[in-house]
Amino acid sequence: MSVAKPLPHESARLHVTGTARYTDDVPAPAGCLHLAFGVSEVAAGSLDHLDVDAVRAAPDVVAVLTADDLEPMPDCSPSLHDEPLLCTGQINYAGQPLYLVVAETHLAARRAARLHEAQITQTAPILTIEDALAAEAWFDDGPRIWSDGDVENALAEAPHRLEGQIEIGGQEHFYLEGQAALALPQEGGEMHVLSSTQHPTEIQHKVADALGVPMHAVRSEVRRMGGGFGGKESQGNALAISCALAARATGRPCRMRYDRDDDFVVTGKRHDFRIAYEVGHDAAGRIHGIRFRHWTRCGWSQDLSLPVADRAMLHADNAYDIPAMEITSWRLRTNTQSATAFRGFGGPQGMLGIERVLDHVAHAVGRDPLEVRRANYYAEAGGDPESISGTSKTGVTHYGQAVSDFCLGRMTERLAEDCDYAGRRSAIAEWNATNDVIKKGIALTPVKFGISFTLTHLNQAGALVHVYADGSIHLNHGGTEMGQGLHSKVSQVAAEAFGCDLARIKITATDTGKVPNTSATAASSGADLNGMAVKAACDTIRDRMAAYLATEHQADPADVVFAGDRVRVGGADYGFEEIAAKVYAARVSLSSTGFYATPEITWDRVAGRGRPFYYFAYGVSCSEVAIDTLTGENRILRTDILHDAGASLNPALDIGQIEGGFVQGAGWLTTEELVWDAKGRLRTHAPSTYKIPCASDVPPIFNVRLWDKANREDTIYRSKAVGEPPLMHGISAFLALSDAVAACGGAYPDLHAPATAERVLMAAHAQG
Amino acid sequence: MSMEITFRLNGEMTHVLVDDPTETLLDWLRARGLTGTKEGCNEGDCGACSVIVTGDDDRKALNACILFLPQLQGKAVRTVEGVAAPDGTLHPVQEAMIDHHGSQCGFCTPGFITTIAAAHANGATDHEDQIAGNLCRCTGYAPILRAARAIEDMPVPDHMRDTPPHLAENISGERPQAGGTGSPYRPGNADDLAAWYLDHPTGTLIAGATDVGLWVTKQFRDLGAVAFLNGCDDLKGVEIGRTEITIGAMTDMETLRHAIAPYHPSFAELLRRYGSVQVRNAATIGGNIANGSPIGDSPPPLIALDATLHLRRGDVRRSLPLEDFFVDYGKQDRRAGEFVERVTIPRQPDTLICHKLSKRFDQDISAVCGAFNLPVVDGVIRGPRIAFGGMAGTPKRASAAEAALQGQPLTPATLDAAAKSLTKDFTPLSDMRASAEYRLHAAQGMLRRCASDAPSLLDLA
Repeated sequence: MSVAKPLPHESARLHVTGTARYTDDVPAPAGCLHLAFGVSEVAAGSLDHLDVDAVRAAPDVVAVLTADDLEPMPDCSPSLHDEPLLCTGQINYAGQPLYLVVAETHLAARRAARLHEAQITQTAPILTIEDALAAEAWFDDGPRIWSDGDVENALAEAPHRLEGQIEIGGQEHFYLEGQAALALPQEGGEMHVLSSTQHPTEIQHKVADALGVPMHAVRSEVRRMGGGFGGKESQGNALAISCALAARATGRPCRMRYDRDDDFVVTGKRHDFRIAYEVGHDAAGRIHGIRFRHWTRCGWSQDLSLPVADRAMLHADNAYDIPAMEITSWRLRTNTQSATAFRGFGGPQGMLGIERVLDHVAHAVGRDPLEVRRANYYAEAGGDPESISGTSKTGVTHYGQAVSDFCLGRMTERLAEDCDYAGRRSAIAEWNATNDVIKKGIALTPVKFGISFTLTHLNQAGALVHVYADGSIHLNHGGTEMGQGLHSKVSQVAAEAFGCDLARIKITATDTGKVPNTSATAASSGADLNGMAVKAACDTIRDRMAAYLATEHQADPADVVFAGDRVRVGGADYGFEEIAAKVYAARVSLSSTGFYATPEITWDRVAGRGRPFYYFAYGVSCSEVAIDTLTGENRILRTDILHDAGASLNPALDIGQIEGGFVQGAGWLTTEELVWDAKGRLRTHAPSTYKIPCASDVPPIFNVRLWDKANREDTIYRSKAVGEPPLMHGISAFLALSDAVAACGGAYPDLHAPATAERVLMAAHAQG
Repeated sequence: MSMEITFRLNGEMTHVLVDDPTETLLDWLRARGLTGTKEGCNEGDCGACSVIVTGDDDRKALNACILFLPQLQGKAVRTVEGVAAPDGTLHPVQEAMIDHHGSQCGFCTPGFITTIAAAHANGATDHEDQIAGNLCRCTGYAPILRAARAIEDMPVPDHMRDTPPHLAENISGERPQAGGTGSPYRPGNADDLAAWYLDHPTGTLIAGATDVGLWVTKQFRDLGAVAFLNGCDDLKGVEIGRTEITIGAMTDMETLRHAIAPYHPSFAELLRRYGSVQVRNAATIGGNIANGSPIGDSPPPLIALDATLHLRRGDVRRSLPLEDFFVDYGKQDRRAGEFVERVTIPRQPDTLICHKLSKRFDQDISAVCGAFNLPVVDGVIRGPRIAFGGMAGTPKRASAAEAALQGQPLTPATLDAAAKSLTKDFTPLSDMRASAEYRLHAAQGMLRRCASDAPSLLDLA
């Protein structure tokens, strides 16, 4: 068996020796040039004149490309074709590229990129939600509204009502490897592009468009990224296009990497949200109906904002069977970086909205939030719906998908018991009764995350597998490796299919010349889709091998056994490499493609109805925190997580995703604060001012376990996707902070995210 | 005019003719194909470029992105490529990082390997602190901490015991030509520095380069003539005298932290949070003072301890209370050609309490830094000294709060009254780190905390 083993990352040895190669580590080809953008420092206005004489005259500058040099202007957008590579007159945000410097060195390009003089007629930038609403600046022709059940009536008839609002900040990806690309001009106008991207096909497509050539003239490749988290789904387009254009213009290889400050200032981040709610509930905290309003600042271009905002709506129920819900979602156009994909893709924001509601309701009815949560859970799969809470449950989400695999009831029970939730809650109450300065809080929150791209056609994957005559196996698939261990898992799948040693398998760079029309490695789908495609290809080859051997040995192909790096048939026992040689000699193809398309999914995003998700991934987490009510400083003291990765393909990698996801999610909701000034300039544009968690922010007690039960759906070895869902365990840390603030007395805390020390102190003060 | 630098690189003697004295080690390594050392932020805040630098009596993790080649004179440098044994045998930390799944995307991994290998060689086991300057966005650090703990008791591989090259005195410290600007200079002692600085009063002194590094990598400033002070051994070190503690300007924060810990432990803990191990290993007390930043962490406790600053210009020396050095935002009482030689603190019973407030607990720049020295004699506070960073354009004493406490018992009530008077002392600003309102609230909270027996959050964790 190769799957289900806790094997190390396939590149671990390369990582620890510093020999794993990232885009900017590829040795510079002779004559390689380096690129940098000159960017706008102004958020809105019109670019009346751009003087780049000083830029051109700067040392080692080879060329400067402005909008005047590019006709037609290449587009970088993954959606609406609304992202000109360079400013064509209208300034849309502070950080927008105005021109491109091509120089002999990276440093020379960066230095020169500050020497322009831009004459800009400034206009008042649209920065806030209020600004955008006043200016009617939005995407999608107005708000998207989904309604399920009679919300008006549910609110009117519920015994109790409350309302509230939460601000949820955005998040910088802070992949450790910044955006990078390298373009190598080929014969006949062809282009080979290496880039740090989650979406090589998009790079190929956008570069081909920019060069005015068919896709077959562009080859896009990525071996690995130094982190992606959604930030390399579309944000690498500008660099790849720039390198390709400059390479064509100069005939020389061109490379580009953003300095970290540029990366912050130029590229998009997680969408910030404001979520307002009106809730009708009963005395036990059971929710009868909710009216949500979502507002999100999408930035200057559409990018992926529509599906992000959709996914926020799709997770507005999280784990709760809510009889009536209406969601109005505004996707606002602002003069800021174009918000983009980020692990969870809107789901975390929508989920925090409903979790905040559950907390608020529990506070209002004076019950333990966990009790209120459980009372509102969907019915447990295989359980009697009536017996769960005494009320009838619909078992159907607000978008019409049946929740048939719900297991959070059992998971919650297990985690609450394992981490002694009840005992610790009483101990905390006791502590808070006797400590004025340090207050503690605890929260146990669930995650139910829908798995599949909501744009249904993206749920497909291809693979290309070769078995060589020496028994070594080389494969490619459409997914990209960004640290999540996709190539490790897929290798395990291939080794499992051939019953061979993992050492036989090599996965090389993801390459549009090997596997075409790939989807972004996103939506947690990498292993689900590509694992299946690879398995299909491996099975095809293995079946050919079996058929040949069965004929040779006058056996049934089904009786040919591939296991333990051996192949057994009719009493004979061969090494895998012997069989490879034999099958090759018999002129049987040892190469195959494989393909997979997720079954059973349908989705109408306008109506908000259908089955957008093949299945749900689940998890529960419990965090305990302490706050200092004199300074607002706070710490997570303990976190326990139980997470559902189905029948894990690789428990070590899955636990790594969960630990890392939690810390990233907790960072989003605590210390990671994006600050724009009144002119729309991002003031937190480096790690000196934007604080992702560091080692001492990890809870000193941090227990992560897998639920480890087979997926009910027929996924790759019954595993479940694990990339995004664990991020939302960070919500337990945020709500534990809110719980600690509540311990200061008073009304339900007015705590917003990120809960920086400042917000915690101010919220605690407001409690009186 | 170029400068010849000699250091050992992964065991090999290396001579470099440096044309640009502000070329960073990171850029130089990567241009040589040693691409294991990564650029993550180019400002010393992420640790992806960490290397191990061994001197005659120390071994340090440092950030290569803000380390200029002349700073390596006479050192031994080990990059991630040199951490495994020459025969390819992995270092224990490399094995442990594989076994504990400590790498995901792998981009930050080389920096963790070098940082942990340096800590391991130094016998350090405070792992959370040792790696606080290495950011990882994938793992959540848990497996990296496991790996670091797993190798605590393993022997240090022989090849990790670097010896710096033994160089003739001042191999590159050629005396500056008269009027010869532009040539980098590396004085061998304070006298040479004083002479050079008189000749080059607009030049730039480079000590640890944790700030000057960013002038180069981020701001592209022309530094003019530069002098690297790393050869000035007579400016380094802490001397504990009978009546005073003397801190040489070139003393790095890590050295100061250890030296001051027995006398003023709260100051030492503040210095721990001053920056990451890599930054503390490089940054100097002289630099932290001379830059005049309103948010430097060492001035508030030094002022609260009644420190005296000793400046030198040529052969002329003068001394002044540290708080008088900070005239206004960006303006210090320092004449052209004058430099910080040392700072002294009178020996005193320890009553110093320091508080640092930042968005992230470790390795962050202060939003507010408060130092409270409240000696109690015969039941009342005598001669309180309170200084804050982050509350004004300079590090500044809280005179009104001090007056409110003078002669009062140290109780919650008196601190509460003093806290209220902080509004007379300060009108802080709002910026990306904190709002003015919060700064004031938090400063008051810090003062109130001085009489509180509430546990610290660290004790709970």
